[in-house]
Amino acid sequence: MFFQNTGVLYLILFVILLPPEGFPSRGYGTFLEERTVGLLQRFLTKGGLLVGDGAMGTMLQASGLEPGEAPEGLNLIRPRAVREVHQAYADAWADVLTTNTFGANRFRLSLHDLEEGVPEVNRAAAGIAREAALGAGREILVAGGMGPTGALLEPIGDLPFEQAREAFAEQCRALAEGGVDFLLIETMSDLEEVRAAVEACHRNCDLPVLCTMTFDMHGRTMMGTAPEEARKTAERLGVDAFGANCGNGPFEIEAIMQEMADSSRIPLIVQPNAGRPRLADGQINYGVTPERMAEHALRCFETGVRYIGGCCGTTPEHVRAAGEALRRAWDRRPTRLAPSEGIN
Amino acid sequence: MPRDQELAQGIIRGDRESVVRLTREELDAGREAVGILNEGLIPGMDVLGERFARGEAFIPELMAAAKAMNAAMEILRPLLEASGVESLGKVVMGTVKGDMHDIGKNLVCMMLRGAGFEVIDLGVNAGAERFIQAIEESGARLLGMSALLTTTMSRMGGIIEEIRKSRAGAGVRIAVGGAPLDLAYANKIGADGYAKDATVAVECFKGLVAALRTP
Repeated sequence: MFFQNTGVLYLILFVILLPPEGFPSRGYGTFLEERTVGLLQRFLTKGGLLVGDGAMGTMLQASGLEPGEAPEGLNLIRPRAVREVHQAYADAWADVLTTNTFGANRFRLSLHDLEEGVPEVNRAAAGIAREAALGAGREILVAGGMGPTGALLEPIGDLPFEQAREAFAEQCRALAEGGVDFLLIETMSDLEEVRAAVEACHRNCDLPVLCTMTFDMHGRTMMGTAPEEARKTAERLGVDAFGANCGNGPFEIEAIMQEMADSSRIPLIVQPNAGRPRLADGQINYGVTPERMAEHALRCFETGVRYIGGCCGTTPEHVRAAGEALRRAWDRRPTRLAPSEGIN
Repeated sequence: MPRDQELAQGIIRGDRESVVRLTREELDAGREAVGILNEGLIPGMDVLGERFARGEAFIPELMAAAKAMNAAMEILRPLLEASGVESLGKVVMGTVKGDMHDIGKNLVCMMLRGAGFEVIDLGVNAGAERFIQAIEESGARLLGMSALLTTTMSRMGGIIEEIRKSRAGAGVRIAVGGAPLDLAYANKIGADGYAKDATVAVECFKGLVAALRTP
């Protein structure tokens, strides 16, 4: 009643917490900032840290998803299995839960005769992730995951640009309705497809749009796009943060992030695979252990990447190890803020 | 011969119009189809394949070159057949059951056709029965299988075993490929060949053809 306007509440809190010795005090500034600005805004505008989650698909397979079955279909028929994966990442202290919607666009779902279910699948997925996020008792963001169409765009392939954009529009509308905090366009190879997805998101919802591409062929995407070219184009398209995911494991991706870090004006993201899959004793495993993933996460952090998670083969253990290392590094980081910039 | 170099350059640039024009001109000048193919077009593909392997060319360049190659092959194929030049061999191709990815597999099909193979493309989600049926119907002795997912790659071994056990599938040479695979895995599941990308696939199948001929 008294505080109908949360702005008033913050103003009063601000005055109460104002340090006795005067305005610029870094300690209180950080404290205030961390209480009043959300995780997402801090990442996007103030260089804040986001510990991403890890793989969804390989986790669902471990819990009984059949090869060839659409992982996205589980959002409707076995929501509890999806929820459990989110829960495991929330328990491992991830700051972000990515919806189980990587292949939930019209083109990928049509391979499972689910193309008319795009709205339902995406809305359900957003709801499942939100439920897990709310149950955590701390702020966790929900990322609306959007993967490629799986087709090559004209003129190289057969898919018209407008059809790709329309498919992404349909997906991002459903994710926004489902209540995601931002959109995460992932594992892209083609800058034209990135443009289709980004334009679709900008025209159909007001959410921040983050994007990562996969540079798995000699340090470029399979379409031959180099990291710097990709980052520049993404900035021009108005993407809020950009980076790399999937690929040939953490070591190759580190070099890619270094290439981008020098000149990027937007925050950077990295979500590598846990190495390349290998078959041993009839089991597929990925070579990179949680400890090595943590070392890699730190090196990416040092180059300036602030949203660090994992892709195929990463598990809650990888996220926990990386998150612990990253938060220690975050606390120790030399702050570049001049004292007078402590609060802004 | 400079015309051969022009043909090769046309393939490398993916310039379909000039490749088709040069092919027609060479035929009109009385050149044999097999010469145009072996001395002009295929050397062009070889150069591009090497660039691809070095990371100097990527999917768009390969797609354009394969399209140019296929356009020229449309003209040359009837002539090659009429003059008794046989295709390098029939290949049954498919992405394994459970896997819906086909960009890489389609590229392999295009490259194989360009190199002179006859390709029977089963598309995606192909199980052992479909592979066996296609071998029976076509009499193909070569088979290619791709998987893009770690989950579907683990099914390849079982499918290969079933094919080998079937009557039509005995003695068929099988090559596998796809992003998550490597040579060690291909050996482990009993494949005869492994190709890490579409350009290597052509060499791999040529090798398997040679292996078929030397019992």
